[in-house]
Amino acid sequence: MSALQPPAQRIWWNEPVHRAELMWIGIALVWCLIMFFMMPFWHVFGNQNYSGEAYRTTPEQFSAKVEEMVDQYTVRRETARNFPVVAPPAGSDVYLLARLWDWYPILELKKGETYRLNISSMDWQHGLSIQPININSQVLPGYQKVLTITPTEAGEYALVCNEYCGILHHAMLGKIYVTE
Amino acid sequence: MSEQFRICPRSGLALHKPAETLIKANAVAAVVFLLVGGALGLLVALTRWPAVQLLGPDTFYQALTGHGVVTLLVWIIFFEVALLYFCSAVLLRCRLATPKIGWVAFLLMMVGAAITAVAILQGGSSVMFTSYVPMPAAPHFYLGLILFAVGALLACFIFLGTLVIAKEEKTYEGSLPLVTYGALTAAIIAIFTIATGAVILIPTFLWSIGYISEIDPLMYRVIWWGMGHSSQQINVAAMVAVWYAIAALVFGAKPLSEKVSRGAFLLYILFICIASAHHLLVDPGLGTEWKIFNTSYAMYLAVLASMIHGLTVPGAVEVAQREKGLDKGLFEWLRKAPWGNPVFSGMFISLVGFGFLGGISGVVMGAEQINFLIHNTIYVPGHFHGTVAVGTTLAFMAVTYWLVPVLFRRELVLPKLAQWQPYLFGIGTSLSAFFMMGAGTVGVSRRHWDMGFAGSAFEWEYSGVAYTMMALNGVSAVIAVIGGAAFVVVIVGSILFGKKIQEPSEYQATQPSPLVRPQETGGHGNVGAAGIVAPGTFVLALVLLVVFVVYYFINYGYLATVWHFS
Repeated sequence: MSALQPPAQRIWWNEPVHRAELMWIGIALVWCLIMFFMMPFWHVFGNQNYSGEAYRTTPEQFSAKVEEMVDQYTVRRETARNFPVVAPPAGSDVYLLARLWDWYPILELKKGETYRLNISSMDWQHGLSIQPININSQVLPGYQKVLTITPTEAGEYALVCNEYCGILHHAMLGKIYVTE
Repeated sequence: MSEQFRICPRSGLALHKPAETLIKANAVAAVVFLLVGGALGLLVALTRWPAVQLLGPDTFYQALTGHGVVTLLVWIIFFEVALLYFCSAVLLRCRLATPKIGWVAFLLMMVGAAITAVAILQGGSSVMFTSYVPMPAAPHFYLGLILFAVGALLACFIFLGTLVIAKEEKTYEGSLPLVTYGALTAAIIAIFTIATGAVILIPTFLWSIGYISEIDPLMYRVIWWGMGHSSQQINVAAMVAVWYAIAALVFGAKPLSEKVSRGAFLLYILFICIASAHHLLVDPGLGTEWKIFNTSYAMYLAVLASMIHGLTVPGAVEVAQREKGLDKGLFEWLRKAPWGNPVFSGMFISLVGFGFLGGISGVVMGAEQINFLIHNTIYVPGHFHGTVAVGTTLAFMAVTYWLVPVLFRRELVLPKLAQWQPYLFGIGTSLSAFFMMGAGTVGVSRRHWDMGFAGSAFEWEYSGVAYTMMALNGVSAVIAVIGGAAFVVVIVGSILFGKKIQEPSEYQATQPSPLVRPQETGGHGNVGAAGIVAPGTFVLALVLLVVFVVYYFINYGYLATVWHFS
């Protein structure tokens, strides 16, 4: 019952190590290092990263930006609640607001164009989950997160909230259209 | 001091009476809370089964908050306190330091758990285990957690105090046994975990009563996860210590080498806390370098530690079996292992499930970019049911089968049921974890009452695969809960109605003989093949590695096909 007994040598550091252990530690360490270097590698050579760009904001400042964009670029209105569908120009700052329990407004983007997507919450924490590509991100109040996005396929994408935000969390949906 | 110690007739362990009583109290409390947490888990799983959707949204979020707090915190910490006392006082044949404070700790934990439970039951604190600000809970939700943590902290200090007494009174020879060393690792991690928890929960409590005006949501997440993630590493360290203990109890296995196993425990202490960064990979306001360095546990050195234990624990079992003559081929030692003994089967399923399900998934989703595909999907609970339910909980169940006759001096009742229990619970929980991961991979959200989005102005339909996975998760969870209930039935039944063990074991005033170290044995004889003492385990470890590598790159491969973002 040796794991329940003191080691045979008081200075257990001097006990020999088995070859199997040394080989495994070597293999495992190499794999650990590969995984570590994969992350910076993807920042340089991969196309799916978050640079970390973010700013402090307030609900008032951010919703003013959203309204400005909605006033300027609304192309039509949809759903029973008359949500604006906003088609901002390629390359511009696009604003998406999370609040109990909406994503506002609906965005219409062009395939292959790049946008600076600004996201913030008006109230509690939310989770931006873009389906069906299944890209997920955290949205915090007081922080304006900038994700530079380039949609690569046309279609309708759903925005699911995947951070618990209260009793109607399950009804918090939104939409992004990507057109050819 | 009179009539303080008795010698267990079966194990030869020396039991200090106050320690024994405290271990029993904490372990019984743990099992009772496991029952509560498991029942809540069943309600959650049945609600997330789309065709059943048992609860309404309000009770669902309430049950989910309760399930998280009771299982992740209360059940597991009560059991760990019992383990800490056991690994110090009992294993070292020593008296427990300050048993009276041990009762204060027990009381604080009980009262704290009760206060938080009341807050959750009242309905105003359905904020999930993580209680992210600025969503508020009732003040006593936080207060209960704080009291519970203070109790757990006292228990850690009693453990350390007992180690000091054992050293001072020379109740053991040489260095600490490996299992106690593992428990010490868990205690050290617990202390800095609780300290981190205090840093965030005390201000949050003050905020909830209006004394502090604002808690920054990002700061909350950074510090809360310093507690939330590290607390799961208390479980990992305690679980690995239990694995080593069971290998020793069932097989008389000794560690392949003390240096490697202990070094791996040390890596946990050094690199675990910073890894809490992998909960924040898609958060705004944190730098890329910070995320990469920290989420990788400083280059995955704590992952390395788990990979080492994954080799050395079954490796020690393999060598012990081979030395008994089961030396044929690669896997005779495993085929002829006592699969009908729940102490062993529970431990081995825990080991395999922890590695293949919880371990691989945890490291893969902790890669900065892969996290985009996983964050806050139901993949995440899939992962941690692999680690905490299949891994830690099943390991604790397994060792309980061995502990009951030692502590309560009663035989197990329903031995057939006990024999099947680890398979029911282990396989049910593993499948549940697997299907949650599958559903998360196709986008299903965690902590979500209705994947059909009833009442929304918009529509979105998940794939049929997603619905199937969630239904299969429900079925698996039912199997797991039956397995969990079987455990409670066997343990509670044994404590209350088990046949009394007749061999005499009276309390005596004399100090028990000290714990001696074994004679130098000169290594592990001539077992194994190709200069490797545990070739079967080595092959299994390589299988794990191949699965790990392939799965890791599959995820990056999928990621490369989606929208570009930076």
